[in-house]
Amino acid sequence: MNGRRIFLLVALIVLATLPYWMPGSYYVNIASQILFYAVFALAIDILLGHGGLVSLGHAGIFGVSCYIVALVVAAGWGHFAAIVIAVAGTLIAMAIYALVALRATGIGFLMITLALGQIIWGLAYRWITVTNGDNGLAVASRPAPFGSALTSATAFYYATLIVFVVTLAATAIFIHSPFGAALKGTRDQPQRMNALGFNVWMIRFYACLFSGLLTAIAGILFVYYNEFISPQALALTASAEVVLMVISGGAGTLFGPVVGAALVVIMKNVASAYIVRWNFVLGAIFVAIVVFMPEGIVPGTARLWRWLWRPRGAPAGEPQR
Amino acid sequence: MSALAISDLEKSFGGLRVTRAINLNVAPGERRLIIGPNGAGKTTLFNLITGDIAPDSGSIRLFDTDLTRVPSRRRAHLGLSRTYQIITLFPKDTLIRNVMLSLLGLDKVRWNPLVRLDTQKHLVTGAQEALERVGLAHLALRPLSETSYGERRRVEIAMALAQKPRLLMLDEPFAGLSIEERRDVQNLLASIPRDVTIVMIEHDMDVALEFAECISVMHFGEIVVEGSRAEVVAHPRTREIYLGH
Repeated sequence: MNGRRIFLLVALIVLATLPYWMPGSYYVNIASQILFYAVFALAIDILLGHGGLVSLGHAGIFGVSCYIVALVVAAGWGHFAAIVIAVAGTLIAMAIYALVALRATGIGFLMITLALGQIIWGLAYRWITVTNGDNGLAVASRPAPFGSALTSATAFYYATLIVFVVTLAATAIFIHSPFGAALKGTRDQPQRMNALGFNVWMIRFYACLFSGLLTAIAGILFVYYNEFISPQALALTASAEVVLMVISGGAGTLFGPVVGAALVVIMKNVASAYIVRWNFVLGAIFVAIVVFMPEGIVPGTARLWRWLWRPRGAPAGEPQR
Repeated sequence: MSALAISDLEKSFGGLRVTRAINLNVAPGERRLIIGPNGAGKTTLFNLITGDIAPDSGSIRLFDTDLTRVPSRRRAHLGLSRTYQIITLFPKDTLIRNVMLSLLGLDKVRWNPLVRLDTQKHLVTGAQEALERVGLAHLALRPLSETSYGERRRVEIAMALAQKPRLLMLDEPFAGLSIEERRDVQNLLASIPRDVTIVMIEHDMDVALEFAECISVMHFGEIVVEGSRAEVVAHPRTREIYLGH
């Protein structure tokens, strides 16, 4: 068994036993938040890290999923229908979002996604008859898959953990697949990929749909966790926060977005209880990451690890980037 | 039937006409050299043929198939491969991965998000063979960023050859190479079978003239001289363009 598999096994054991050694349900809930934000960060990383497309409107897509769940549950159609319709509706929204945004790349893509995210936020804020405006919508209950209600922190945590593991595995398969390799090719050399016979636009479009699927899943977990959705969850700051999770953890890596999500959620929920200026501390951490590990925590730590364990006799200079 | 037939091809960027009524016929299996001073429009002509830019008028035919309005990505599927004057590879990947991407471009498995790329044996074998052909098989697992300029030039050619093209277009394949590397690339090009037609842009006259059977001289977007090596070298326009008298 190699080091990576041992790490994965240990991580899985730690996550599976977490409710038993955490001091209280508050911390179990924070772990649930880390997991569904990690799914959201994985969704952003598909585009940012693997496709080279920075989306600043993803919180809008996330919000579409949340609002659909809230509205369908309020209509009395049940949780299963709510989840299915939320996934389908979010994919349709993502397809429209991608059709508009993929008219550009680079800074143009970023600006279009920012604008689209603001449009969706504006709809959530001002379309009061549907979204209840700033007051938001409540979700009366959580689902009870196979007869087990997800009302307790521990039950919801395990449901989130299962979804997280499945989405992480799906993402791992996706990025190591021929399609994943093609997506990375469009990030590095789009003109060359075109000359090699790849349909660059279509590859990016399908990547957007996969990202939209993960965003829908994260949104469903979010709205059931909070049992509430308001326009605040769709704001530009929400999109930027998840982009920061990806960049700080390590864009284009499998575990970087997960580590980034853990960092931001812990700082927001745990450090904020002890440090009044927690935003300042989070900012300082981001600056430190950019200075010392510009590629992100996960690749930066891997680089440091290789440097520390380099063969004897190798140059003892600064670790190579 | 011509391998490549270009008729009255025109392209302007704003007020600047970069190609003027270009007519070019390349026979199947031919080795054609396109020369001309900087700014003559050689690379623009290549970009028009590969579809990287669209012509204003005229037509391009590849083995009797009209390519003029065919998207550039489709041209690779019709048997057109090219290398770039400025090396355009995937620096984060290994050599074999670069060539596998080239093979993947023409393979239906490129749309598959459910299987591992590394388990696609036909792609791995094809890439290994292409690297062997250019003498880089021993470096297959080395990251591209750790290779020399000459090795990268050969990876470019391996990627183009891996697609089994009918028409291979080489944009300055000898640029920046050492004498030994030039000899290697020269031998590599000489070993390409005649079922592949080659059109090449090159500034190094020693190696290029030896390679070519027919030469087209471009100047200010026009083909001004065309013929065998001896004809082109002896032509007064060639002297005028290159020597100024």
